[in-house]
Amino acid sequence: MFDTICAIATSRGNGAISIIRVSGEESVKIVNHIFKGKNLEKADSHTIHYGHLIDKKQKEIDEVLVSIMLAPRTYTKENIVEINTHGGLAPTNKVLELLLENGCRLAEPGEFTKRAFLNGRIDLTEAEGVMDKINAITEKQNELATNQMNGKVSDLINTLRDEMIQIIANINVNMDYPEYDDVDIITNDIMIPKIKKVKESIQKILKESKNGRIIKEGITTSIIGRPNVGKSSLLNALLEEEKAIVTDIAGTTRDIVEGHININGIPLNIIDTAGIRSTEDVIEAMGVEKSLAMMNQADLILFVLNNNEEITKEIEKLLQSLGNKNYIIILNKIDLPSKVDLNHIKIEQDRLVKMSIVNKEGIEELKQKIVDLFNMTEIEEKDPTYLSSARSISILENALTKIEEVEESIQNNLPIDMIEMDIKVIWEELGKINGSTYEEELLDEMFSRFCLGK
Amino acid sequence: MYEIIVVGGGHAGCEAAHACAIKNHKTLLITGNIKNIADMPCNPHIGGSAKGIVVREIDALGGIMGRIADKTHLQIKMLNSAKGPAVQSLRAQGDKIAYPKEMLKELNSLSFLEIKEAMVEDLMVEEGVVKGVILEDGTEISSKIVILTTGTYLKADILVGNTRTRKGPHDELPSNYLSDNLKRYGFQIIRLKTGTPQRLDRKTIDFSKTKLEPGDNKYLTFSYDLEPCYKIEEQEPCYLTYTTEETHKIIRENLNKSSMYGALDDIKGVGPRYCPSIEDKVVRFADKERHQLFLEPESRYYDDIYLQGFSTSMPPEVQEKMVHSLPGLENAKIVKYGYAIEYDAIYPTQLNASLETKVLKNLFTAGQINGTSGYEEAACQGLMAGINASLKLEGKEPLILKRSEAYIGVLIDDLITKGIRDPYRLLTSRAEFRLLLRHDNADLRLREYGYQIGTINEEQITKLRTKDTQIKELQEYMKETKLKITPERKEIFLKNNIAVPAASLSLEQLIKRPEITMDFLSQLIEIPFTEEIKEQVSINLKYEGYINKAYKEAEKLIKLEKKKIPADIDYDLVKNIASEARQKLKEVRPTTIAQAIRISGVNPADISILSVYLKKEYGKDE
Repeated sequence: MFDTICAIATSRGNGAISIIRVSGEESVKIVNHIFKGKNLEKADSHTIHYGHLIDKKQKEIDEVLVSIMLAPRTYTKENIVEINTHGGLAPTNKVLELLLENGCRLAEPGEFTKRAFLNGRIDLTEAEGVMDKINAITEKQNELATNQMNGKVSDLINTLRDEMIQIIANINVNMDYPEYDDVDIITNDIMIPKIKKVKESIQKILKESKNGRIIKEGITTSIIGRPNVGKSSLLNALLEEEKAIVTDIAGTTRDIVEGHININGIPLNIIDTAGIRSTEDVIEAMGVEKSLAMMNQADLILFVLNNNEEITKEIEKLLQSLGNKNYIIILNKIDLPSKVDLNHIKIEQDRLVKMSIVNKEGIEELKQKIVDLFNMTEIEEKDPTYLSSARSISILENALTKIEEVEESIQNNLPIDMIEMDIKVIWEELGKINGSTYEEELLDEMFSRFCLGK
Repeated sequence: MYEIIVVGGGHAGCEAAHACAIKNHKTLLITGNIKNIADMPCNPHIGGSAKGIVVREIDALGGIMGRIADKTHLQIKMLNSAKGPAVQSLRAQGDKIAYPKEMLKELNSLSFLEIKEAMVEDLMVEEGVVKGVILEDGTEISSKIVILTTGTYLKADILVGNTRTRKGPHDELPSNYLSDNLKRYGFQIIRLKTGTPQRLDRKTIDFSKTKLEPGDNKYLTFSYDLEPCYKIEEQEPCYLTYTTEETHKIIRENLNKSSMYGALDDIKGVGPRYCPSIEDKVVRFADKERHQLFLEPESRYYDDIYLQGFSTSMPPEVQEKMVHSLPGLENAKIVKYGYAIEYDAIYPTQLNASLETKVLKNLFTAGQINGTSGYEEAACQGLMAGINASLKLEGKEPLILKRSEAYIGVLIDDLITKGIRDPYRLLTSRAEFRLLLRHDNADLRLREYGYQIGTINEEQITKLRTKDTQIKELQEYMKETKLKITPERKEIFLKNNIAVPAASLSLEQLIKRPEITMDFLSQLIEIPFTEEIKEQVSINLKYEGYINKAYKEAEKLIKLEKKKIPADIDYDLVKNIASEARQKLKEVRPTTIAQAIRISGVNPADISILSVYLKKEYGKDE
């Protein structure tokens, strides 16, 4: 009867595990879709299963335990799946995003309890308590919703919707006032660049929203390099600069976070630094394959080279695989004679920082590069609340998929008035981020922008 | 004693009276002037985008507007014929003499209907139930049900320049007291406004300076039951001209003389957004060099030309100058000046979906009195009010059309759920399921309903069912028939510049390709069905993806519509609902959760709380 909802059931923070609860008719089906392990749809009720969650590229996201509880013997009297993930914000949120992408809706405050009541699981007194709670939290949520994305992104969305409603209004005017020859007729040919622009805007917003998430959670950063190139000096220099404390915190991944560094308000979480402090050659010890895997996990790779040392074949291979990742190449020890042929390894100049870490040269430049790389200057400091932005991101990703469908429909030369229906859906989807009614806005747009009438 | 009294003989009143009478209920139609039955006081056309589909729906349900228009129009065309099937719509140029005459003939032929000339000024009411009407002279006429279709005649004021005159269109007497009496019974009355442009003498217009706008070259009818009753070559053309810089200058210089721009300071009526006056257009769209104006003939029997696009409330002397600044109209004689009209209406959230009022039992209202504008909008409400009044007399459930079933459903649901800001006009953009609500399938959507309620006869329903069967047969045929690519067929593909399929595909697979039409397929293989059937199947198959999506959405809505809200719910007892939502819910009193969701100001959280409350108070049937 109801759609399938999900939410993080444990308190947020750095607990050892988090539980994400999914409730609704489709809950087993949805979780099974992102689960590698036993076929959960064939699992008995009230059983626990070990496996991995995978994203749409089949990449493993986390190692999990999944509890299957089938209706009606559950809290909501609906099918419930509970996913035990590793604690920490990032893995938990990633799982939540995955569920949203696959057809779950983020639960409203108190919604599990509400369903428990509607489905006859709990009694009235409890339910009335819940209603008070729904009300209180909704007020707060409305308040949050208006600030849910930082100003820049929200402006972008508004501009985007504005452009879309203009297209929609124009098409509607073409439909409703076919006899007017002085109104531009929107055809599929005119639509192609317009839709492309919308697509690019959404992609841009998505990128920036994800940056917003990074602000909240930190940039997973990996320092890579051969022994004695200056990895620990770099870490220490950065740490010293920010007077941060080096701690071992079970955090955003199952790897050990060596330290949190704050650069101009952007938190970097340095991961997988087992090799940094040891004198062992990480790359040789772990092999190129493992180094690659490590690089794949990181949001940012700081790749340190020794200016006074020739580049090995392994390093060259790793450098080539950086591709479109976020990386900065640090050429350390520039105070020593150069043995590195920069032309040979073809490094983009704006990704290269020349440093002499022992002499504290180039640290400011490195920080600026990091800021530039993540486009951080464009993001205001206002902190988006994660839940809202996870929802917004999933809305935007849905919108992007639909835009691709629109492009396909245009390719297939479907009538413009049908394509308009898809654009309207996208407009409404985006509207869920800041909420407004379609019809009134459309009519206002039609009759204020176009001169029509008897 | 009459079973039903219909007050007002406009488009709503005629359909209402007709529907009641063909269902064999003794009906009295009271109108101020029999000669003005089904009058078209404003533009002379019937149909148009969305509205044309409504006329088809009226016909599918056994109403008469489509048939009368078919028999009398001056020209007819299909709008948006180059666009998708969902937005195509018929528009006919009506004849302002022939249409009312034909309508009166039709009504006079109904043995259960009587027509009377009189002014109704009050209702007979006992304990919240209407018992009949009271005429101007105090005469009481009893009936079980009253349907008010008074149009713009409630406290009508005609505004020209700085003058305000209490009268209706054609200088007729308005009803001065009925709206006050309605207020007394508890109705919330609002004031609306609309306008109409000049009528010109055809003989004084130089059409050589204008552009010809002929009717279509293909025979078309609104009605599913009539063959075309006109000759293509005998259609009357319309003409197109434009405003000039001179026109704009005259308007700007005289703006303060327009009723709407300060000449009258007591204007309360809200005008329609979609019908701005020419003053509005010139002021609001100052950078536009010219505005389109259509010259439309009003009748074969007199010479008036309607100047569409030039609606104004300027004083006559300014209107003269304005008109003479238009190409082709330099010497045009104005037969009738443009004017604005202000009138009373009832705020439509006071209605149930059956169009019976919530305030008084056995009182139905339809048409402009409910805040709409347009002949078609009026007619379809009249039809529904007539049908539902009859069903009520018969002790049956009302016919409530869903938003996914008919534009009529969209219109009534919008009115009663959202209320209005300005006179309501149907637009395709108001229908979220417009792909389902097409011009071509109105009969398939609605005729069975008509048959069930008795406005559609055996012959009509047999025809529909045959059509339905044939559609299914052709669909099956398309699926099963594979087209082998013979050399002859290959030649035809090449000749039409269409890529030759690599393998032999089914007709269904072929028609789904955008460049392939039924006409093209018919060149390759015999398709033994009529054009009408082919068209249906072509639409069904070509747009299957979109149509299925629309059905899926519609089903979601229908699910929510099944969640009923009891009529006796006391919203003050629902704790925690936001105060704006509470006020709106109390005003609209939605009958289903689906309707509640559509009310602006009612948020999802309020709906949650409401459903919890319903479950608590009313148990499992929520």
